[in-house]
Amino acid sequence: MGIENSLGDGFLTTKVDSLTNWARSNAAWPMPMGLACCAIEMMAFAAPKYDAARFGSEVMRFSPRQSDLMIVAGWVNYKMAHAVRRIWDQMPDPKWCIAMGACASTGGMHRCYGVVQGCDNFLPVDAYVSGCPPRPDALLHALMKIQDKVRTEHSTKLDT
Amino acid sequence: MNMELSDTLQSLVDDLSENYSDQLIDVYQSSGDTFIRVQPDAIVEICRFLKDEHHFIYLSDILGADRFTSEERFEVIYNIVSLRDRERVFLKVWIEEKDPTVDSITDVWQSASWHERQVYDMFGVRFNNHPDLRRIYMPEDFDYYPLRKEFPLLGIPGSIELPSSTPDTE
Repeated sequence: MGIENSLGDGFLTTKVDSLTNWARSNAAWPMPMGLACCAIEMMAFAAPKYDAARFGSEVMRFSPRQSDLMIVAGWVNYKMAHAVRRIWDQMPDPKWCIAMGACASTGGMHRCYGVVQGCDNFLPVDAYVSGCPPRPDALLHALMKIQDKVRTEHSTKLDT
Repeated sequence: MNMELSDTLQSLVDDLSENYSDQLIDVYQSSGDTFIRVQPDAIVEICRFLKDEHHFIYLSDILGADRFTSEERFEVIYNIVSLRDRERVFLKVWIEEKDPTVDSITDVWQSASWHERQVYDMFGVRFNNHPDLRRIYMPEDFDYYPLRKEFPLLGIPGSIELPSSTPDTE
C-alpha cells in the first residue's frame, strides 16, 4: 500500500479486523467449567507437558468476567445447566464455547433423565471434542479450531 | 433350604422366628449375603428388635426396587450392619402399588431420613411418620418417579426446565 512509503521505517499497516483477531485468537482465556473426569484432562491441557501457553490459553480464569472461552468439561445435569448458563451469560462478549468430550457434546453414556443430552441445548457451542475423555491434544486441536474461527471473523463492526 | 449361616446370624434368625413368627416371611442367602423378608407393618418393630437385641447399630443404606409385578410391586431393602459381630443383613419388605406406604424407621435410626427421602424421590414410596418427606434429588415440582420401570430412560421431554438460551434483555 502506498502509505507505507510516506511513513518510512518502523511502521506497518494492517486492518483493525486483523489486529483485533490476532490479539483475540492468541489470548483466549478459558473459563474451566470442569464438571467431571474431562476436567482432569483439561488440567493436563494447561499443564507444562501439553502447554496451552503456546496458544495463549494458559490463564484459567475462575471468574467468568475475565474469560473468553468456556470449556464445558463433563456431563451437565439439569440442575447444573442453570448455573452453567448463568456463568456463560456473565462472560463478556466476544466469547466462545468448547463442548469437551462425549458427555458435554451429546450426553454420552449418560442416557438418562437427569443429564442434559448435550450442552448445545442451552449454550451456543463452537467446537465439539470427541473422546471419553479426550486426550489433551484433542482439546488443543479444538482450541486451534476456535483460533481459526476467530481469525476469520469480522470483529470490527459499525455500532448502529 | 440350604444355608450357611454364621453362629450369630443363626441365633438372629432363630430369635426372629421365635418372636416374630407371623411377620417373618422368608430367609435366604444370595452371593454371600443374608436376606430376611418381613411383613411391612412390622418393619419398625423388627428393626428396633435387631438394633436393641442384636446390636445392629449401623443402618448402611435403604434401597428401593421396582419388581414390576402386578402384586406387591415395590420393594424396600434395608441394609443394616452389626459392627460388633461384623455381620450384615438385608431386610426386605414388599408393598403394593396401589398404596405404596411403609412406616418410617427414622425413630430407630435417624440416618434413615435421607435414605427414605431418596426412595420416595425415585419410586414414590411414602414413609409414614417421616419427619420431612420431601424429594431429595429431583425438583420439588417434578411429577414423576424416575426409577419406576414405566418411566422412559431419557425422561419426559420438558418435565425439567432448561435455562433460557436467550439472555435477559435489559
